[in-house]
Amino acid sequence: MISFVVNGKPRSVDVPDDTPLLWVLRDHLRLTGTKFGCGESLCGACTVHIDGKPAKACSVEVGRLGGKSVVTIEGIAGPVIDALRDAWAELDVPQCGYCHSGQLMRAASLLADNPRPSDADIDQAMNGNLCRCATYQRIRDGIHAAASRLAVRPGA
Amino acid sequence: MTDRHATDPRDPSRRAFIQAGAALGAGLTLGFHLTPTRAARLSIPTPAGEAFAPNAFIRVTPDGAVTVLVKHLEMGQGVYTGLPALVAEELEVDWKDIRVEAAPTDAKLYNNLLWGPMQGTGGSTAMANSYEQLRRAGATAREMLKEAAARAWQVDRAGLRAESGAVLDPATGRRLGYGRLAEAAALLEVPEHVPLKAAKDFKVIGKGFKRTDTRAKSDGSAQFGLDLHLDGMLTAVVARPPRFGDTLKAFNADRALAVPGVKAVFEIPAGVAVVAADTWSALKGRQALVIEWTPGPAAGLSSAAILASYRDLAKQPGAVARNDGDADRALATAARRIAAEFEVPYLAHAPMEPLNCVVHVREGGCDIWTGDQFQTMDQRNAAQVLGIAPEQVRIHTLYAGGSFGRRANLKSDYIVEGVHIARRMKVPVKTMWTREDDIHGGYYRPCYLHALEAGLDANGRPLGWKHRIVGQSIVAGTPFEAGMVKDGVDHTSVEGAANLPYAIPNLFVDLHSPRLPVPVLWWRAVGSTHTAFATEVFLDELAQAAGEDPVAFRRKLLKGHPRHLAVLDLAAEKAGWGTPLPQGWGRGVAVHESFNSYVAEVAEVSAKPDGTFKVERVVCAVDCGLAVTPDVVRAQMEGGIGFGLAAALHGAVTLEDGRAAQSNFDDYRVLRMKEMPRVEVHIVASEAPPTGVGEPGVPPIAPAVANALFAATGKRPRRLPLGTRLA
Repeated sequence: MISFVVNGKPRSVDVPDDTPLLWVLRDHLRLTGTKFGCGESLCGACTVHIDGKPAKACSVEVGRLGGKSVVTIEGIAGPVIDALRDAWAELDVPQCGYCHSGQLMRAASLLADNPRPSDADIDQAMNGNLCRCATYQRIRDGIHAAASRLAVRPGA
Repeated sequence: MTDRHATDPRDPSRRAFIQAGAALGAGLTLGFHLTPTRAARLSIPTPAGEAFAPNAFIRVTPDGAVTVLVKHLEMGQGVYTGLPALVAEELEVDWKDIRVEAAPTDAKLYNNLLWGPMQGTGGSTAMANSYEQLRRAGATAREMLKEAAARAWQVDRAGLRAESGAVLDPATGRRLGYGRLAEAAALLEVPEHVPLKAAKDFKVIGKGFKRTDTRAKSDGSAQFGLDLHLDGMLTAVVARPPRFGDTLKAFNADRALAVPGVKAVFEIPAGVAVVAADTWSALKGRQALVIEWTPGPAAGLSSAAILASYRDLAKQPGAVARNDGDADRALATAARRIAAEFEVPYLAHAPMEPLNCVVHVREGGCDIWTGDQFQTMDQRNAAQVLGIAPEQVRIHTLYAGGSFGRRANLKSDYIVEGVHIARRMKVPVKTMWTREDDIHGGYYRPCYLHALEAGLDANGRPLGWKHRIVGQSIVAGTPFEAGMVKDGVDHTSVEGAANLPYAIPNLFVDLHSPRLPVPVLWWRAVGSTHTAFATEVFLDELAQAAGEDPVAFRRKLLKGHPRHLAVLDLAAEKAGWGTPLPQGWGRGVAVHESFNSYVAEVAEVSAKPDGTFKVERVVCAVDCGLAVTPDVVRAQMEGGIGFGLAAALHGAVTLEDGRAAQSNFDDYRVLRMKEMPRVEVHIVASEAPPTGVGEPGVPPIAPAVANALFAATGKRPRRLPLGTRLA
């Protein structure tokens, strides 16, 4: 039995230690917002936050997560993700949308670390998150738009 | 003829429409062919109460919500936005009040009017075949709701107006919401003639409204096929043959069955199925299988050998796809002759969501949940496995995480294997593919060889053009073969080449379609993905030989094709064609028609001192008729350019000993953020009927980039993928 925190709630799962976090989230905890795309840490569709840092859930064995805190697209909250979601809606960023949980999780980490990223900063941070619909231009624009929204927030 | 009506997109027809209504009403006692006094109800039960259901596409519930049933798969191309917009326009409903649902499976009600009778999505037809149909559906509902209000107020319907989900009486200012009219409207006859709005009165069509699915795709709630969970559901993966056509000789399941969670291991036609309680157990079980395969016809087959055989074939005449004038004679008399060969590899679609389906086989039928693109074919193929009637297969269409053609499979490969597994297990089973399964799984865009030769007169004008294409037929051996192969020519192999728009008096195109044991399929923009590359790069070579500017050269040859010309001019103007670029940069252009839409793209590339290059900027002009959803059109051009650029730069499945040498996104590279150029899209204003947008953005990008590389470096690329290093 492995115990860790998911989206603020303590969870325990009885699975082999080598089970990737991705399948624990999707199959056992029914949090299907985190997507499977490659299983090899190559596409970023499964990006979640572990103790506040972005991680590819397909390549994290759940046995190593004891006591750690995982946040998924279903649980992430706060002004940064709100600004990103508003920007995503304003610019209609997703097409098929399958990769966008991962895109948003990665973008939220970027803005948390760097509130006014340049195009080059965005390209660097987001390069591990694939989008076959190639919505990259709108992802870039969406991150800039979210950064602008956050910058004009009173007290931010 | 009913069939003609049903397949003519311009007149989809009251007849098909009324038949659709009749079929819908079969179990509901429908009203329009009854007299009003025999109160028949055009209604259907929903969680929000009895809904007014004037046709197969619209539900108005007592709370006033309007739900549009969309017959096409939402795979990113925006059908959950563009199609409901047609209803919102005519029904006079505020955009925010529109709800969207996937239509159930029914080839009569939800026929693709450009293909029919068949429910399916593809060929960039969703808007083109729905434009009249859904506007008429909306207008019919509007007139019936107005009639219900007219009767309630005892006034003439002609004096009433529909607006924002309500009927208004301008004479008195009174107003009744659609929700309150729904029950009464359901008792009325469906009118035969309904007026459609004039374009000048459009409030939704062509305006700046938002997608209906963005929020759900930003918070993890959008449900894709892979996300479905049903009570008692098991998960399966399949060990498929290592090479195409290998067959199962023997397998030992002992170690697989010893993996905790694995429930069953058995043979199916596709290979060996491993069924488990959850995904990880299934994957570990599959890894533990010991399987012996008997090599099949693909043993030893390689991409290099295939291309070598294609070069031999290209020396022989093929099936004639077009023959204007006398190309041989024109070449013999030409002042200059230019010849070139072009090669493109096999490509995997690699949608972000790997293939999957959930199937539950029960007494009396079968339910399938998936991002389904060819419902009617999938129904038939599943029914054939089970020995039941197609109508007993109920397909529940969920969001698809991309497709690019992969899910539009006439053999329903990923569904048929799921049905085989679920039949055996009796409980719902999710059969899923890994990325490696996907890249190894075939159904590729075929590899092709193009051999071109042209002759110019002394003034640099093209006199003759010979184009020979060699590559597998996509439709050979499928139910589409009869309709799509004529005189030995698979239309999908030559589209974009056989209809070359340039004014060349002697023009010859022929085709070889060798049969190989490699499954092939349409891939976003199909034939144009390779014909545009060969023809538009070769045309640049002719311009170069003639000593002319590539845009000016094309303009002269496109005089009879105003829509090609208009997008070419618009893209050139917006790109600043002819203005100086930084040192080491080059500009290239390509123009191409596909799916009845016209697209020109100007690419700018920069050659770097370290020997690499980057596509910096792409300016795109598109004429897709009336742009119903302009921002979706822009998004499809942006995405089509990115998707096409992925293939132009990186995309290649290379066969070695009958199997793909690539297996995941590390060696089957697709476009990444850093490689995405700035894309500017310009839409030609048009009132022509809407045409495709999902695919037409793809074809011009590879030749535009290749032509830009030539402009930058003086070297002419003729083989895809280009890679990222300068030749």
